[in-house]
Order: sequence, then C-alpha cells, then structure tokens
Amino acid sequence: MDGTVLSEDKLLDCSGMLCPLPIIKVSKEVKAMQLGQVLKMIATDPGSMADMEAWARQTGNELLDARQDGKTYTFFIRKKK
Amino acid sequence: MTDEQLEQRVNELFAQRMAQVEQEKTERPKRLALIASKGTLDWAYPPLILASTAGAMGWEVGIFFTFYGLPLLLKDLRTVVTPLGNPAMPMKMPFGPDGFQKVEWPIPTALQVIPGFNTMATSLMKQTFKNKGVATIGELRDMCVETDVKLIACQMTMEVFGFTKEQFIDDCTVGGAATFLEYASHADVQLFV
Repeated sequence: MDGTVLSEDKLLDCSGMLCPLPIIKVSKEVKAMQLGQVLKMIATDPGSMADMEAWARQTGNELLDARQDGKTYTFFIRKKK
Repeated sequence: MTDEQLEQRVNELFAQRMAQVEQEKTERPKRLALIASKGTLDWAYPPLILASTAGAMGWEVGIFFTFYGLPLLLKDLRTVVTPLGNPAMPMKMPFGPDGFQKVEWPIPTALQVIPGFNTMATSLMKQTFKNKGVATIGELRDMCVETDVKLIACQMTMEVFGFTKEQFIDDCTVGGAATFLEYASHADVQLFV
C-alpha cells in the first residue's frame, strides 16, 4: 500500500504495551465502531505484526495496511464484522 | 430404483450433509478449553493471556481452575513467585541503567531460602512486567470476565484445600472433571497449563 494515504475514523495508541494488550484493545475498539470504519493502531510490541495478521484472519476484519518504521508499527483495520 | 441410482443418490445426500457440517463449523465461534493448574505469578499468565485474547477475538472460552490454579479465582488475588526450584528464571533487575538491567545475577540457592526472598522476587517481577507494559494478572482476569470467559472452579480442589464459593469472584461457576470434559469435547483448542 505504499504511497496510498489511508485515513482513519479512530486512532488507538498501544505504544509501550506488550502481548496481549494491543490485540485486546483493538478488539474492544473495533467492537464499538461502525461497519466499514477504519481504525489506525500504533504499537511498539515487536510481536504485533504477526498477531494483528492472525487477529484479522480470525475475526474476519480487514487489515488494510501494516507497516514498520523502526520500532513503531502502524496498522489500519477496516471493520467488516 | 436400481443399485446404480441408489448409490448416486446416497453420494449426493452425503455430499450435501458434509457441506452442511462444514458450513456449521465455520459459522459457530471457535472454542478454547484451558486447564489452569498453577497459581504462581509467572504461571498464572499463560492461561489468562490466551483466554483474554481468545475472548477478545470472539471465541468461546472456558478455563477449568484446578489444584494450585484454583487460588487465581480468589477475590483477594495474591500471586507470588519464587526463584527456588526455578533455575531457568532470569534474575535481572528492573531498574538502573540499561547495562545494569541486562546483568543476570547468579543468586545462590542458599540465599533464596531466606525469609522475605519470595516477597522481593515477586515485587521485582511485578515491576519488570509493569516496566515492559504487560498487564497484571488482575487486569487479565477482568478482561476474561468482560469477554464472558467461562471460569470453572474445581469442586474437588475446593473440598481438598478448604475453599468456599464465597471466596471466589462472582463470575465463576463450580464444576468437576465431567463438566470440563463435556465443554472441552466441543473445543477446537484444548490446553493444559
């Protein structure tokens, strides 16, 4: 998704949190959102990349983008379920 | 109906039924069945992390708390950890400069039996978890309750160690081996911790 600018409806900062907190916070946040809305999540947990992908597959929500910039990870999730 | 026709019809019906079973499988939520058999600060984490995560992902989750895992249901949660008999536990300090925090301290076993050592080890481990952004056991348990994780207290263990239902959080139920087995028999993932 390089070069594409994604805009989010909600921002969730999970910096400084380790497993399973980012996943749990994302689940909670997504539950409260409307179908089709986009959540941007920022994390520093090095395990979040693999876990967010698995979370998206398991919950049926769409991981639009996942990128790493140094020690920071940014995810864009579209609520589909 | 000839034998050939009959066979064809049976095959058709079988394929239909199998597709239906597959459909039902993908429609129902996944289920996780856990046994938590240890109640120390370190070993309380794995089942509660898995349960709270699965719960957050919309799975059905049940944890059977048995033997030393049972105190994890106490209203007054007091998890401790001991380095004694835990030779693989990294002994590092959760404070001071980076280089200092990386030092592994070779604590002799004889020192680990001194009264107060467990209290110290427990507070160091709690501090390390806090510094690294790990949830507390109480927080994880609350998350389980929030996502409707089924918490089952082992009746037999309650009798053996003298616990009463009133000592446990309200959100748990009491059951035995058959209760857990019935629940686990419909689970996609079953783990003993």
